[in-house]
Amino acid sequence: MQYQNIFTKVQVRSEPEVGIDIGLGNRDRTENPFYNWLVGTFGNAQIGPIYLGFLGTAAFMCGGAAFVIIGLNYWVQVDFNPVRFVLELPWLSLDPPPEEAGLSIPSLQEGGWWFIASFLLLASVVLWWFRMYRRAVELQLGLHVPLAFASAIWLFLVLGLIRPILMGSWSEAVPYGLFTHLDWTANFSLNWGNLFWNPFHALSIVFLYGSTLLFAMHGATILAVTRYGGEREIEQITDRGTASDRAALFWRWTMGFNATMESVHRWAWWFAMLTTLTGGIGILLSGTVVDDWTTWGITHGIVPEDFSWWPETPSSLESSW
Amino acid sequence: MSLLSFERKYRVRGGTLVGGDLFDFWVGPFYMGFFGITTIFFAGLGTALIILGASYGPTWNPWLISINPPAIEYGLGMAPLAEGGIWQLVTMCAMGAFISWALREVEICRKLGMGYHVPFAFGVAIFAYATLVIFRPLLLGAWGHGFPYGIFSHLQWVWNTGYQYGNFHYNPAHMVAITFFFTTTLALALHGGMILSAANPRRHSSFGGPAEVKTPEYEDTFFRDTIGYSVGTLGIHRLGLLLALNAGFWSAVCIFIAAGPIWSEPWTEWWEPLRNFYTWGGSAG
Repeated sequence: MQYQNIFTKVQVRSEPEVGIDIGLGNRDRTENPFYNWLVGTFGNAQIGPIYLGFLGTAAFMCGGAAFVIIGLNYWVQVDFNPVRFVLELPWLSLDPPPEEAGLSIPSLQEGGWWFIASFLLLASVVLWWFRMYRRAVELQLGLHVPLAFASAIWLFLVLGLIRPILMGSWSEAVPYGLFTHLDWTANFSLNWGNLFWNPFHALSIVFLYGSTLLFAMHGATILAVTRYGGEREIEQITDRGTASDRAALFWRWTMGFNATMESVHRWAWWFAMLTTLTGGIGILLSGTVVDDWTTWGITHGIVPEDFSWWPETPSSLESSW
Repeated sequence: MSLLSFERKYRVRGGTLVGGDLFDFWVGPFYMGFFGITTIFFAGLGTALIILGASYGPTWNPWLISINPPAIEYGLGMAPLAEGGIWQLVTMCAMGAFISWALREVEICRKLGMGYHVPFAFGVAIFAYATLVIFRPLLLGAWGHGFPYGIFSHLQWVWNTGYQYGNFHYNPAHMVAITFFFTTTLALALHGGMILSAANPRRHSSFGGPAEVKTPEYEDTFFRDTIGYSVGTLGIHRLGLLLALNAGFWSAVCIFIAAGPIWSEPWTEWWEPLRNFYTWGGSAG
């Protein structure tokens, strides 16, 4: 067990790193990086500094305002009773306007607060995207992280903006509540004839599970070669060492194929990015282009017309013992 | 072709768990080993049985083929081949092939002087599969509670089983599992993107010519600048593995607790005691 490198046993302490010099931008970094031993057993011990800047501050303020608006609506729903707030929290919800309101700007009590919170949330997310973009540019990194983030924003936009507009009603959007957004999800699937027969939903799940599989494979492989310095991936990409050799040969001998230290990250990036990209397409098509995914599935040969060959799912509510 | 330029020096004898030197050889890029033989046996037999099972059915459309578990009436006994017996044999073959594969990975780890993280992680996936087709059917008392082996027929099983419990999203372990799946994918996007952006850097100006490949100091700075913490080159792989394994583990938990002997109400009911906190003492509130 001592060679499996599950926790970091020896932690080095020196002056905390202040970050790469970005000229004037250095001013926008906080000045209090510190160490935490417990965090250091798992990852880097250093916490901070963080770069504030206009975009980050604005994003935080917009996101904070949305959070407060949603929270205050919750408080109103429990008559400002703190005990009820805690106990009923998962049921509380800030809902979009009712169906009749269409795409009009609703009154405050009829979804107006939802409208304002959504606007602030969108502003926050877009500002945060520009922040990720700016930080990558300043450090002369590639744009892969902001590009992946854009794919997540695509799904967010489809759910809360694009599809509601195409459907002609804000009521199509997702409510801001723990249980209510789960209800929305279940109802969405039921309304449009079982989302499991939506091929883009299927692809999205494949990429979601695939991403998890890939990170298990990749994380485990790198940890298994950390004794050869495998976690220094950039170094292994530019100057392949024995860690990279062994990691590659492990998969080559196991399944006849291997990625390289760089290409495994391309697999990772594409799988993760395609999860939200295909997911957004699947949501966008539901109700706009396809009304009933079961009918669609039968037409396209992925759902049988005659279900009798597929098994009756037995009730598991009662034991057969 | 099957031998990479640096590969020969790594192809050494030893590290096997079973069979000594007898199966210690490669076929093309594949390592064989004793567990390679058993994998071929189980996977080959299982595939043949699936083809046999498909031939009993009405379709060769690969999306619609379904290998169905036996009816509940067979309980925990063996069913005739055409009535779920094939499913039972395929399940045995799958378990045999998966476990063989994991043990073969252990042998390869030993050969390459690597840690055992990959076979352990695969073990968690095998555990989740076994929960679905062995542990939960045992809990419920019939193999018929396993899911059918078909690309789309297994989705119907998921749908039907889920709606037996009302809205399955209210299953607390399901919530935890989904959260781990989403978080893993987010972390994977960030990690993959980070490494690619450091290895494929870009100048401020597109006319500036190629930029220098960036060091981990840049990766740390990027995440410290944006979110105030960088978990680091070692930590991100621990984090990714931990998140991914938890996704699999909690998935197994969420379906195991959705079974009559443990929980048979709609999952919405599971939460009701929380907001009915005032009546916990027993007196009506």
